[in-house]
Amino acid sequence: MFKYKIVRASAPVWMRTLIPIVAILLSFLITSIFVIIAGANPLAAFYNFLIVPLSSQSSALEVLVKSTPLILTGIAVTFAFTAGYFNIGAEGQLYAGAIAAVWIGINFPQLPSIAILPMMIVGGFLAGVLWALIPALLKVYLKIDEVVTTLLMNSIIMYFVSYLLNDYWRNPQSGYPQSPDISAAAHFVRLIPKSRLHLGFIMALLVVVIVYFLIKRTPLGLRMRASGANAAGARFAGINVSRTMLTAALVTGGIAGLAGMGEIAGIHFHLIEALSSSYGYTGIIAATLGGLHPLGVALAAVFIGLISTGSQTVSLALGVPVYLGDIVQATLLLVTLGMLLLQNYRIERR
Amino acid sequence: MYAIEMVGINKHFGNLQANKDIHFSLQSGEIHALLGENGAGKTTLMRILYGLYRPDSGEILVNGQKTSILSPKDAIQAGIGMVTQHFTLVPTLTVAENVVLGYTHSQLVSQKDIEAKVKAASEKFGIHVDPSVMVKYLSVGERQRVEILKALYRNAKVLIMDEPTAVLVPQEVDALFESLLKLVKTGLSVIFISHKLNEVMAVCDQITVLRDGQVTGTVKKSATTQVDLAKMMVGRDTSGISRQIEHKIGKPIYEVKDLNALSNQGLKTLKGVSFTLHRGEILGIAGVSGNGQSELTKVLTGLLIPTSGSVFMDGQDLTHASPSTITKAGVGRTPEDRHEGMIGDLTVAENLAMEDLDKYTHNGFLDQKAIVKDAEKKIADFQIKASPTDALRKLSGGNIQKVVMARALSRNPKVVIASQPTRGLDVGATEYIRKKLLEERNRGAAVLLLSEDLDEVLALSDRIAVIYEGCIRGILPVSEATAEKLGLLMAGTC
Repeated sequence: MFKYKIVRASAPVWMRTLIPIVAILLSFLITSIFVIIAGANPLAAFYNFLIVPLSSQSSALEVLVKSTPLILTGIAVTFAFTAGYFNIGAEGQLYAGAIAAVWIGINFPQLPSIAILPMMIVGGFLAGVLWALIPALLKVYLKIDEVVTTLLMNSIIMYFVSYLLNDYWRNPQSGYPQSPDISAAAHFVRLIPKSRLHLGFIMALLVVVIVYFLIKRTPLGLRMRASGANAAGARFAGINVSRTMLTAALVTGGIAGLAGMGEIAGIHFHLIEALSSSYGYTGIIAATLGGLHPLGVALAAVFIGLISTGSQTVSLALGVPVYLGDIVQATLLLVTLGMLLLQNYRIERR
Repeated sequence: MYAIEMVGINKHFGNLQANKDIHFSLQSGEIHALLGENGAGKTTLMRILYGLYRPDSGEILVNGQKTSILSPKDAIQAGIGMVTQHFTLVPTLTVAENVVLGYTHSQLVSQKDIEAKVKAASEKFGIHVDPSVMVKYLSVGERQRVEILKALYRNAKVLIMDEPTAVLVPQEVDALFESLLKLVKTGLSVIFISHKLNEVMAVCDQITVLRDGQVTGTVKKSATTQVDLAKMMVGRDTSGISRQIEHKIGKPIYEVKDLNALSNQGLKTLKGVSFTLHRGEILGIAGVSGNGQSELTKVLTGLLIPTSGSVFMDGQDLTHASPSTITKAGVGRTPEDRHEGMIGDLTVAENLAMEDLDKYTHNGFLDQKAIVKDAEKKIADFQIKASPTDALRKLSGGNIQKVVMARALSRNPKVVIASQPTRGLDVGATEYIRKKLLEERNRGAAVLLLSEDLDEVLALSDRIAVIYEGCIRGILPVSEATAEKLGLLMAGTC
């Protein structure tokens, strides 16, 4: 009946490297349709998306600023996915880290940077871990699907943030729903004068390197990869899959917490409801695009940072909606997911 | 005229000839058993009849007319229905929805309407199930009834049942037989795939026996006995098997006592299993698959906690021990299913190192060089065709099994659990694995060999036990074990 059949087989190496590139080209082709509908020239649009942001130093640095939280959430998601734990809750864990960082930054005004910044980093990490704890325990001990629980935890913390900003931290004079500012000592230093690029970027790169070594070079990393790839096989080899998964499920929260801490100490200096523009969810896109390889994920995060900076430029230059950036991102994800299937299947002639 | 005639059917998979010039005829209104060991070609033949496989050659006649069956749809059209071992029902749909699924002629489905239709059908055929219940709430036996009803609802005149009793508890088996006997009186013909002699004798009119892809005979029930059937089923030329020269068995080292365990489905699958392993012996456990071998392997390798009983090795209690504790105690564990026990996405070296991560960890980091170096040695020792950094999934089945063996045996274990070690392997790899197991025995290890391959058990073992329905039947020294004797034990007689 059918001349071709699909067989399960791994794709050759050249194809694996080609997949992200083809995915990007294909996504641009598809999004061109939307650009045309919005009444702009696709080539001009993509020029503004990809080239203009990199053509001046200040906007190129802004791309890195935008990428910083994405690198962290992308790495957080990568860490969990590697162990077969599908954490969709990086968004909420990011806010948990931000809340802890703000609280420490406000309440210890007398401490110098050298003391308060490490406290905020540790606090942000632990708060993320704490927020990831409930879904992690539910998963490991009761086998309750983490995709659902981690996602729902995001909504819960948004209401908690809303309470904090409208009640506990509400400014009695202005009435704005925002927390007081953290002390000046609690600010991350700017790496380059007249830009917003802050120490958090270095922190993110450090996390990339640490997680890379953790996953590829340590026994924990091997246990995680084994559990994620084939839990039955890992269990047979004597690995405590539950404990491994629990570790991954908690550390992922900590890394996402760092993303929130970085945004507080580096950009905003106080808590607002719109602290994250869906960095937690976009981190999933970065992790998938980067093929769950820490270095690839970091690159993908910077690329997404470029697109979201670019969407501002496109909007200003051509008068199209900013949301075009979201469309590009979403298309990219869908195309990549489709292309990833090719990694594991091959079409053969009967 | 026959309801079904299959003439000169040939089918091969790779080098394996699964069906060799098979002739099979089914009379209307009879229950016809297809009897044979695992891998005899029964299921392949029936999958051809149901349009799931296409034969290399041969033809199928339905009611005397040549019929081309290229898909299950054609088979259903020709009045053939099949109930497989693994049910094809949708758990979240109701019984009625499942029965009519894919067999409605309108785009709109009225729940009331289909329930009434299915109820009418269930009364007509005497198969009692509530059409409005969701399938996920049904027991295994009830689900099977739904499958049968589904086939009959599609006007099946011939019903293929692939080992229908494998998943049932005894009471359900009785109920199944009762309804089958009732159904054939209304003109249905049934093909009953089985390897259990007592069942075949209980319900079937005719019996066709397959062995190694060939028909060894078709007999009337009234003209045969269980002993004859057992001979037809397993009787073989045993001249090719090299018997072991008398071998001195050492002291007892591994003691399994009164082990009971449940399967995944919660059925009692191990019922009071007891045996003792001695140093320098291979204890072979023969048996048709699905008689508790999987659960026994899982209990002994630490993947399943038994409901009662004990496992002791050299005085150390391993009954509730974790996989890594059992490994450390000196048991070489191999999984029943190599794909389940190994991790295809990781490299050969990583798989080999997996049980010894502590040994390879220095200052918190894995010693990659040592891992690769040790892997190279094991690859050479076990003649594995791979490099240490290859992903395991790229290897052939034989090479993956060698990796399994290399990991388990290179620690010089005192006890080796080898479960279906050569299943699905080619001749060369099979020979190699068997040689390794004999080397282990000669080194003084106690080897437990669970295998569906009777020849293998006969060729390697010093003592042989048979597992049947979760019980160990008689442990014989190899000198007393003949294929016929074991065949009868395996088929549940005596």
